[in-house]
Amino acid sequence: MQDLSLFTSWFHNTLLNLLGHEWIAVTLECIIVGVILLLLYAVLALFYIWFERKVCAAFQCRLGPNRVGPWGILQSVADMFKILIKELITLNHVDRLLFAVAPYLVIIASMLAFAVLPWGNGLQIIDFNVGIFFLVAVSSIGVLGILLAGWSSNNKFTLIGALRSGAQMISYELSIGLSIVTIVCLAGTMSIGGIIEQQRDLWFIFSGHIPAIIAFVIYMIAGTAETNRGPFDLPEAESELTAGYHTEYSGIHFGFFYLAEYLNLFIVSGVATLLFFGGWMPFHIPGLDAFNNVMDYIPSVVWFMGKAIFLSFIIIWFKWTFPRLRIDQLLSLEWKYLLPINLFNLALMVAIVAAGWHL
Amino acid sequence: MPYDAWKDNEYIENLVKELQENGVNVIVGSLDKLINWGRSNSLWPLTFATSCCGIEFVSLGAARYDMARFGWEVARASPRQADFMMVAGTIVHRMVPVFRRLYDQLAEPKYVIACGSCAISGGPFRKSYHVAMGIEDIVPVDVFVPGCPPRPEAMIYGIMQLSRKIKVEKFFGGVNRQQKQAEFLKEHPVQENPND
Amino acid sequence: MAIDINEKIQSLCSEAQIETGSILQVTVPESGWHTFASALRNQLGFDFLVTIVGMDWKDSYGCLYYLTNTGDNTHIRIKVIAANRENPTIQSVADLWAIATIYEREVYDFFGIIFINNPDMRRLFLSIDWKGYPLRKDYDMNPELNPISTESERQSDFTNVYTQAADGSIECNQKRIFQPDDFVVNIGPQHPATHGVLRFRTAVDGETIKKIDVYMGYIHRGVEKICEGLTYPQTLHFMDRLDYFSAHPYHHCLCMAIEEAAGITISRRAQVIRVLMDELSRIASHCLFIGTYCMDLGATTMLFYTLRVREQILDIMERTCGARMTFNYDCIGGVMQDLHENFVPDVKALLEILPANIKEYNKIFTGNVIARNRMEGVGILSREDAVSWAVTGPSGRASGWACDVRKTDPYSIYAELDFDEVIRTECDSMARFKVRMDEMQQSARIIEQLIDNIPEGEYCVKVPKVIKLPAGHWFKTVEGCRGTFGIYIESDGTTSPYRLKIAPPCLPLAAVVDHITTGSKIADLITIGGSLDYIVPDMDR
Repeated sequence: MQDLSLFTSWFHNTLLNLLGHEWIAVTLECIIVGVILLLLYAVLALFYIWFERKVCAAFQCRLGPNRVGPWGILQSVADMFKILIKELITLNHVDRLLFAVAPYLVIIASMLAFAVLPWGNGLQIIDFNVGIFFLVAVSSIGVLGILLAGWSSNNKFTLIGALRSGAQMISYELSIGLSIVTIVCLAGTMSIGGIIEQQRDLWFIFSGHIPAIIAFVIYMIAGTAETNRGPFDLPEAESELTAGYHTEYSGIHFGFFYLAEYLNLFIVSGVATLLFFGGWMPFHIPGLDAFNNVMDYIPSVVWFMGKAIFLSFIIIWFKWTFPRLRIDQLLSLEWKYLLPINLFNLALMVAIVAAGWHL
Repeated sequence: MPYDAWKDNEYIENLVKELQENGVNVIVGSLDKLINWGRSNSLWPLTFATSCCGIEFVSLGAARYDMARFGWEVARASPRQADFMMVAGTIVHRMVPVFRRLYDQLAEPKYVIACGSCAISGGPFRKSYHVAMGIEDIVPVDVFVPGCPPRPEAMIYGIMQLSRKIKVEKFFGGVNRQQKQAEFLKEHPVQENPND
Repeated sequence: MAIDINEKIQSLCSEAQIETGSILQVTVPESGWHTFASALRNQLGFDFLVTIVGMDWKDSYGCLYYLTNTGDNTHIRIKVIAANRENPTIQSVADLWAIATIYEREVYDFFGIIFINNPDMRRLFLSIDWKGYPLRKDYDMNPELNPISTESERQSDFTNVYTQAADGSIECNQKRIFQPDDFVVNIGPQHPATHGVLRFRTAVDGETIKKIDVYMGYIHRGVEKICEGLTYPQTLHFMDRLDYFSAHPYHHCLCMAIEEAAGITISRRAQVIRVLMDELSRIASHCLFIGTYCMDLGATTMLFYTLRVREQILDIMERTCGARMTFNYDCIGGVMQDLHENFVPDVKALLEILPANIKEYNKIFTGNVIARNRMEGVGILSREDAVSWAVTGPSGRASGWACDVRKTDPYSIYAELDFDEVIRTECDSMARFKVRMDEMQQSARIIEQLIDNIPEGEYCVKVPKVIKLPAGHWFKTVEGCRGTFGIYIESDGTTSPYRLKIAPPCLPLAAVVDHITTGSKIADLITIGGSLDYIVPDMDR
C-alpha cells in the first residue's frame, strides 16, 4: 500500500531546508493546503451537481444534461459562471448582517468538516485524538446558518422552513451522534486515523456485525435528514414552501446554499465510509493475503472516493424514489423509533465489545 | 442545431453587427464570451404557468422532450433564483400585478418568453373584458413562441432562440437588450409595494 | 311519481307555478323562496345543488336553481325572479346547501344580485374595485372603465353580510375574515402546489391550519360573456380551454346540448368515436393526476412514469385530431374528421401496456409506507358534506357518493356499456387516489368493448350551415374527468346564445378546501389539494 505521508513529509522537509524556518514552512503549507481544499471543494460540488442530475435522469428514463461538453459534464460549470455574476438582490426590511452572514456560516460548516476527512493513506490535513468529535461539532454549525437565513429574510415561508429545519436537524443530530458513539465504542478511539487503523483487517460493518449494521442503517437515515435531502427535504419542500429557507436568496448567496447541500451529501457519505467501510482502507479479508495484496494496489484515494460516491448514490436514490414525510411524522420517526433503537443498539454494542464477541 | 436550420438568422446578425460597430476590447471581449457561454447554457426557468401552455411545459420536462438535455430542468419556484420566465398561459387583469411583481423579483439578468397566443395577444379571448391583450405592455419580452398551446418542440426552439440572443449580448458596456430593458422600465416603473 | 311531487310542491307553496317538460320547472316568488327551499331540501330530499344560473331577462334579474335528489335521482329546476331591478336581492340558501355560498358569490359577481344572509357576500372572480357586473346585458365593455393596472390589488380583511330587517330594509354588516392576531400565510397565486393560479390565504397556528380563504379569478377570462357574442359553432372551442384535460367530454356536452336543441341526431359511429375519445382522455387525465399528485408529495419520479402513458395517448389523439391538447374535435353533428387509419392498432397497443403500468404505479407509490402515512386518514370528507358541497366526480365517489353521470343519467351510448362505477367509502385522500387508479381500468374496459365494434357510417351528419336554436332552454350534464360538468343554454331564437352558463366541477372542489383542511397541517393542505385535483382555468372560466 502506498503511503502518501511519505510524500507529504518529503515536501515538508524540502520546504524546511529551502526556507530554514519551521513557521514559514508551516504557514506556506497551510496556504497551499487551503487553496487545494478550496479547489477541491468547488470541483467536488460541481461534480456532485452533475452526478445527481445524471442519476436522477436515469431513474426518470431521461438523458439528463448532454449538450454542454461531453455527456454534459460542463453543465454545472456553466451554471457556476452564471450564478457567480447573477444579481444579488438586497431586500428592504431584512436583518442585513444576519442575512449576509447566513450563507457563509453554512459553507464554513461543511468546509471545516473537510479538514479531518481521511482522503487517503497519509492524506489527511490534521489527525488529532478527538477527530470524530470535531467532525460532529463543526457540522452542527450549519443549522445555525439555515436558522439565521430563514429568520433574517423577513418572509413567512422562510421562517416556517427555518423552524422546520431547526427541529429536524437538532433531532437527527442525536441519531447521528449515537450511531457514531456506537462505532467509537467498537473502535475504542475517537481519532480518525485510529478508527481506520482498527479496520485494517475487516471493515466495521462486517466486524461489528448486527449492531454495526443497525448503526449504519440509522446513520444513513439520519444523515439523509441532516443534509435536508428527500424524503426529508421539508425545510425546502418545493410544493409547500416554494424554496424554503433560501427563498429570498439570489445569486451566489443562493449558490452557497446549493453547493453546501451537495457537499454535506459528500461529508455524510464520507463519514459513513470512514465509520463503517474503513475510510481509505482497501477491502481486506483476513487470511487471504494474495487477495489483500491485489486490493492494496488500488490507490487509497480511489477507495475513499469510490466508497463515498457509492454511498451518495444511495442517498440520491432515496430522494428520487420516496415521497416526502410530514413534519410530525418526521419527528415521531426520530423520537419514537430511531432514538430508542439507537440506545438499545449502543447497549448491545457495549455488551458485545465487553464480551469480546466482535470479529 | 446547425446554423442554417434557424429561420431568423438575419435578426441575430443585425444584432451582432450593431454590437461590433462600437469595437470590442480583446480582454473584455473574451470575458464577455465566457460569461455569455455560462449564461446561455444555464437557463433556469421560473415555475410559472397559468393554463394550458403550462401543461405543455410539463411535457417539455418529461422524458420524451427532456429539457434537462439543455440544462433547463432546474426549475426554481423562487423568482430570486430563476433566469427566465416562461409566460405559459393567459394573463388576466387580476393576475397582472402579481405577474409584474414576479418579474420585478427576478434577479438580473432576466428574460421573458411569451408562450402561446394568449400571452402574445390575448388569443382566443380577444373579446374578453378581463384578459390582458398580450404581455408586452406589462414586461419586456425577449422571445415569442406562437401556438395554442405551442408544441414542446416549439418551446425548445423558443428557449434555444433566447440562448442565442444571450450569446451575442454584451456584459460590459451594455448595449442591446440591457438598454432596451432600461428604457422599458422607465416607461413602466416598478410599483412600490405599500406594505414595504 | 311526477304528479305526486307536483301536489307536494303545490301544498308547500301555493304561489308556485309548475311546468312539466323534460325537467320539472317551478317558478316561485322571491319572498317565499327560502321557506320553499328548506322544504325541498328537507322534505323532498333535493340535497344536491347542481348549479345556480344567474339570469338577466332584460326586465328583471333572477336565478335558476338546478337541484337533484341523490336518492331517486330526480331533477328539478327552480326559477326565482328578483323583485327589484335597481337593487336586485334574493334570499340566500347558503344555510341549506354549503356550496351555495360560492355559487351565490359568483352570481353576485356577474349580475350584482345581493343574496340576503349569505355569510360571505364578496366578489369572487373580479377585484373589489371592479366597476360593473359583466354578465348584465347593459354592461359597459369600455376598457377604460376597468384599466389594466400593475399596482397591487386593494384587499379588504372584511366581508359583507346583508340582512333584511322586518320592515324590508336591507342592511350591510361587515365581518372580519381572519382574527386580528392570526398568522396569515399567503399561498399562491404563484405557488408550485396550487396547480395553477389559485390563492389561499391561510391562517396557521404553528404548522396547523386554522382557516383558509380561497381567492379565485386569477385566470378568469369571461368565457360566458364572450360566448354570448359568438355563433354556436364558435363557442365550441372554449371547451378545450376550460379543463384542458377533459377537452373531449366538455366538447361532447356542449355538442349534445346544441344537438338536442336543434333536433339533430348524430350517427352511431360518431357516438362511438366520441365515447372512445372521452374515455381515452379520462385515462390521460388520471395519469397526469397521479403524476402531479405524487410530485406534490415529493415523489417526483412518478410524474415521469405516468407521463409516458399520457404521451402515448396524446399520440393517438394527435393522429386523429391534429393537436396535442386543444383538440376541437367534437362538432355539431358528429366529429370533425374521421379516425386515423392507425387508431385501432394504436389503442390496442395502449390497452396492452396499461395494466402493467398501473401495476408499476401501485408498486412504486401506493404501497409505500410514507405515501400511506401521508394519505390515509388525511382530508376526510363525509358523504353528506360531499353532497352538500357538490363535490362530484372521483372525489365525490371516494366519499361513497354514487354521482357518476354516466350511470345516473346515461348519455350517448353509456347505457349499453358494461362498466362499474368505482365507489369507495374511506373518504380520505388515499380513497380519492385509488378511485382514479381504478377508474383508469374501467375506462380501459369501456374502450375494450368498443374498439372492435366501431360501426361504419358517416362521422358527421349534414347540419344546416347556420345553426339557429329555437327559443328555449337546455341543460346538459356529462361526466368530465373531474366531475359533473354542466352546460346551460338559453336561446332567444337567434344564431348565438342568449345565455351560456358553464357549471364546472372544479369550483366546488376548490371551495371545499377550507372545510376539509381546517385543523390539519400545512403539508396536508398540499395532500388534500392535490387529491381533489382541481384545475384552475376550469373553475375561473
